[in-house]
Amino acid sequence: MPTSPQHDIPSLRLVNITKAYGPVRVLDQAKISVRRGEVVALMGANGAGKSTLAKIAAGVVEPDDGQIFVADKELRLSSPRAARQNGIVIVHQSTHELGAPGLSVAENLVLDDLCAGTFGALAGKRKIERRAKAVAAGVGLELELNQDFGELGPPHRQLVAIARAVAANAAVLILDEPTASLSAAEAARLFSVVDRLRGLGVGILYISHRLEDIRRVADRVVVLRNGQIVANQVRPLDLTAAVKAMIGRDLDTISRETSCSSSSTPVLTLRQVRLIPSAPKFDLTLAPGEILAITGALGSGKSRLLGAIFGLTQIAEGEIGLMGRPWRPRGPEEAIAAGVFMAGEDRWRSSLLPPLTPGADIAGTIALPHRRRWFPFGFVDESREKVAAAQAIRALGIRCRTSRDTLDLLSGGNQQKVVIARWQAAPYRLLLLDEPFQGVDVGARRDLIAAIREARRDSATLVATSDVEEALEVADVVAVMRHHTVAGLYDLRSGDSASFLTAISAVEHDETLESERVLV
Amino acid sequence: MSAETHSSETNKGGITSSRSVGAERVSLSEDLNRPVGLERPRGARGPAPSPMWVRRVFPSFGHFLRRYAIFLVLAALIVFFQAREPAFLRINNLFSVLQSVAVVALLGIGVTVTLAVDGFDLSVGSIAAFTLMLTSYAMVVLQFDAAQTVALALLTGALIGLVNGLLIVWLRIPDLLATLGMMFLLAGLQLIPSAGRSITVGLNLPDGSVANGSFDPAFLALGRYKLWGSVPVPVLIVGLLAGVFWFLMEQTRWGRVFYAVGGNETAAYLAGAAVKRYRILAYVISATLAALGGIFVAARVGRGDVFAGSSLLLDSVAAALIGFAVLNQRRANVIGTAVGAVFVGIVLNGLTMLNVPYYTQDFVKGIVLVGALALTFGIGRGRR
Repeated sequence: MPTSPQHDIPSLRLVNITKAYGPVRVLDQAKISVRRGEVVALMGANGAGKSTLAKIAAGVVEPDDGQIFVADKELRLSSPRAARQNGIVIVHQSTHELGAPGLSVAENLVLDDLCAGTFGALAGKRKIERRAKAVAAGVGLELELNQDFGELGPPHRQLVAIARAVAANAAVLILDEPTASLSAAEAARLFSVVDRLRGLGVGILYISHRLEDIRRVADRVVVLRNGQIVANQVRPLDLTAAVKAMIGRDLDTISRETSCSSSSTPVLTLRQVRLIPSAPKFDLTLAPGEILAITGALGSGKSRLLGAIFGLTQIAEGEIGLMGRPWRPRGPEEAIAAGVFMAGEDRWRSSLLPPLTPGADIAGTIALPHRRRWFPFGFVDESREKVAAAQAIRALGIRCRTSRDTLDLLSGGNQQKVVIARWQAAPYRLLLLDEPFQGVDVGARRDLIAAIREARRDSATLVATSDVEEALEVADVVAVMRHHTVAGLYDLRSGDSASFLTAISAVEHDETLESERVLV
Repeated sequence: MSAETHSSETNKGGITSSRSVGAERVSLSEDLNRPVGLERPRGARGPAPSPMWVRRVFPSFGHFLRRYAIFLVLAALIVFFQAREPAFLRINNLFSVLQSVAVVALLGIGVTVTLAVDGFDLSVGSIAAFTLMLTSYAMVVLQFDAAQTVALALLTGALIGLVNGLLIVWLRIPDLLATLGMMFLLAGLQLIPSAGRSITVGLNLPDGSVANGSFDPAFLALGRYKLWGSVPVPVLIVGLLAGVFWFLMEQTRWGRVFYAVGGNETAAYLAGAAVKRYRILAYVISATLAALGGIFVAARVGRGDVFAGSSLLLDSVAAALIGFAVLNQRRANVIGTAVGAVFVGIVLNGLTMLNVPYYTQDFVKGIVLVGALALTFGIGRGRR
């Protein structure tokens, strides 16, 4: 390693960083470094660990293991303040964390000094303005200093935050999805600020999904997947390879046995469907035995589509058909009776009962939607319930003591297995799974995928997931959803991956937009 | 943080979970409410851990204690009262205790059903009092017979419950507020027909005429007749209803749905439950049972007393809450409510026999309630 010249010593180096939340290992021996005047783009799919890595670098989160070097000095960053004192500053993605509304722009620009007590005892308006002007000049920011910070739009808030960081003599600036809420012109302005900072020797860790941004500003691209660094490219960048690394596989190598009985009528048909009045129309068909995964950013309409099929919402226009007949359920009760089942997203909200409730155990959880069929006379037949539970425990390998365990005693993966087992406990036509791998470890995910792929026979399955990798693992066909319509369809049994990659990058692009929209 | 605390207070710790770490959040929110560090102050002066054989013979003595605490206290009290006052355990005294708590238990069962759907019916006391006036008015002024009166009272009760349910489910008025409003409404309404006076035979009506109806003896028998010379009718009926509602709530799929709606409304809805219907039904049940309670009171006292039934609400709510501690269920349950009502009845009866003044009664009830709640929420917090 050539480390002799001064400017080759990385301003920030994270070595073998490991972090786990419960059983979920978010970061696994991740390594990343940022040099003086270098812009490093950090890419990764949802849940790859980008944010956690950024938070560790900024002292917001402490790693379980690993070392942090700032200018080759090992440090423990126990708080954002400690990181800031060592020249590492993060500009958060969510705009409400960027400053203090209620205070003026000028006050926000000198907020660090004010808060740290280094401003001096007297904080008169003139003095604040004078200092603030100097701070603003550092990034060429031209703003009315007297206006309320709360009145600023996201781009200006961001620039104020960046100006503050530069004034604090930041050696490394971490930008978390900085262009998420910016227009093209505003983004261009941000990039010029980034260029300027690069010229000043500030190292920048630039977290983004947006391929065009990365192409524009990055000197180096680091790809994170399942908490590990899987690619590290210097210019010239090959972003297609980076996206492949991010997804974790070469699409052309995936092959699926064709198990569909193509002769029979489709289970589900969507014809000229408009999910919301402003969205474009789309078609979708699901054959018996087929598993279709819908992927797309948060808010792209995945859950809404599932909800419409399950009777939770109405579609704006078009026709939904089930087994060749028109299908307009008025609610879950009717859907379940017709053999259309749905396991909602966020199991503790949508599926599970608090532990003290009667019927909150494994057997009761599985039995709840099937109560009419299993207990026709009203009386809860415990042995009937237990048989079904035992079958589920065996089939999915649920780790528990007895079928009377309440769900809070199980791990996240096993809880999710119970949720899936509930809906597989009775014959169905169409199974809708909304984010079925949420908060589930890798092993349990494999079991769940096996269970989903095994149980289909004559029925069809529709999986909604924002994680492209999950979609590819579970499905026969992957549909990409954007702006409440199906933007691309990819048959894993035969298909061309190039167009799919384009669609995926478009989704990653949306993701940043949508996540911002949710916050505002 | 405050949301988290609130949610686990209502036993919904799990619902606040966010994406990707649902399970972890749940345990976290529970732990936040449990002072982990304080739980076992096993310092130098702490008790030595029990030897292995003790733990093997009594694998969970604490568990046993929590489960049967109320019964153990009850047994101790009975022994104590019997030792001091030999008349205590006589059959007639025991049935008089049951007679005194029958109405409270009945209203408590109604409250229990509304608690099961995560609601609360504050109007049960007023419904009982209103029914007392209604039945008296029906017989004394309208000259209804017993069957007509009972039918009218029960139907009116069901209708009040329906209104409560619709206010809560359709207009989305918070349950406490809706039933509080109904409580006031009924307390006022019951005074209007008789111009604020109690209803007795020969009542002077506001228009100057005199009511010439009277209480039907068959109606009065509902409150006063004793089967086999000792079992009061209300005790028998309430006992039967307690059994019916225990079976409904604990052994049938309908009961499962009631509790599921209360535990996690969204989950119940997505599992195909007619959530709104169950919520409305809970208030109809509670109001109808309260109306039946009012009938028993009317049949016992034989006059439409304006001030009767004023303590019924608090007593029945207390019974339902004491019921949380019974068998360490830590949730509303029918058996617990019945046991809670009887427990309070026995304590009060015993103390009365020992010549403890009547004005200490509310204080004693308060102690019992606070003790039971401490047992449920404090000590009972350990794993079941």
